[in-house]
Amino acid sequence: MSRILPHPVLTLVITAVWILLVNSFSVGAVLLGLVIGILVPMFTAPYWPGRPRVRHPFKILAYLGIVLWDIVVSNVQVAWLVLFRKGDSLRSRFVTIPLELRSPEAITVLAGTITMTPGTVSADLSACGRALLVHCLETDDPEGTVAQIKDRYERRLMEIFE
Amino acid sequence: MTNDMPFWLELIVSALLIVGAFFLIVGSIGLAKLPDMMRRLHGPTKATTLGIGAILVASMIHAGATRGYLSYHELLITLFLFLAAPITAYMIAKAHILCDRATEAELTPTGTDAPWSTLSSTEEEEKAAAEETAERA
Repeated sequence: MSRILPHPVLTLVITAVWILLVNSFSVGAVLLGLVIGILVPMFTAPYWPGRPRVRHPFKILAYLGIVLWDIVVSNVQVAWLVLFRKGDSLRSRFVTIPLELRSPEAITVLAGTITMTPGTVSADLSACGRALLVHCLETDDPEGTVAQIKDRYERRLMEIFE
Repeated sequence: MTNDMPFWLELIVSALLIVGAFFLIVGSIGLAKLPDMMRRLHGPTKATTLGIGAILVASMIHAGATRGYLSYHELLITLFLFLAAPITAYMIAKAHILCDRATEAELTPTGTDAPWSTLSSTEEEEKAAAEETAERA
């Protein structure tokens, strides 16, 4: 099992991407996708030391919904800041987010989420992997921003990954 | 071909195109207008989310209405953008922190014993430094 399918999730993802690339849901496309999806993880298995464990797959959907909603809301806020505020008057600053997440995959998802939601960009990770450096475009309440990111995204990722 | 589309679908597609174009131009304005590197980074990373997103949804609806089947390439474009954009922004931010002393001074402390990874020395350097202190003691 583990030798033929060392990374079942990756197999599924590659197959799905292949079907989307071909843009048709025919037997041939699915079979070829499956072949690629089985061969690629077999040959790349040595480069994947750890396996991300996903505890609650359905919570990913809820997480995606929340992130999409936040992207829409905060895009409008940032558009407002860009159009009607002078660049120098924006109170931009770095904030440090202490991480409770430990799995590299979960931290990657959190950093990506922070960058894609407007107003914040992940800039660096501490050398020990326990703190994330985030740049905020406009904030007068750094602690509040950190608390919001921790409560809204990190708590949910904890439930999904750890 | 567009005659096949009902009027309300045309309305939705047009509205999505306008919304997407608006956020793309705002992202570009932000890139040009904001005063420093880290703030400028906010412009393009934002445009890719809602701006491109709205245009891709419009493209999907249009293809579905005129050709009769849904096109999935747009989902792939979204997936690849969401993979590529944060990594690009992260690499630019790291390069900027490494090169710019003024930015380095603005960084908040990590709150842990370790420094930010961009500014931490490599393993060999740390080993050499540890040996040096051991020799002195």
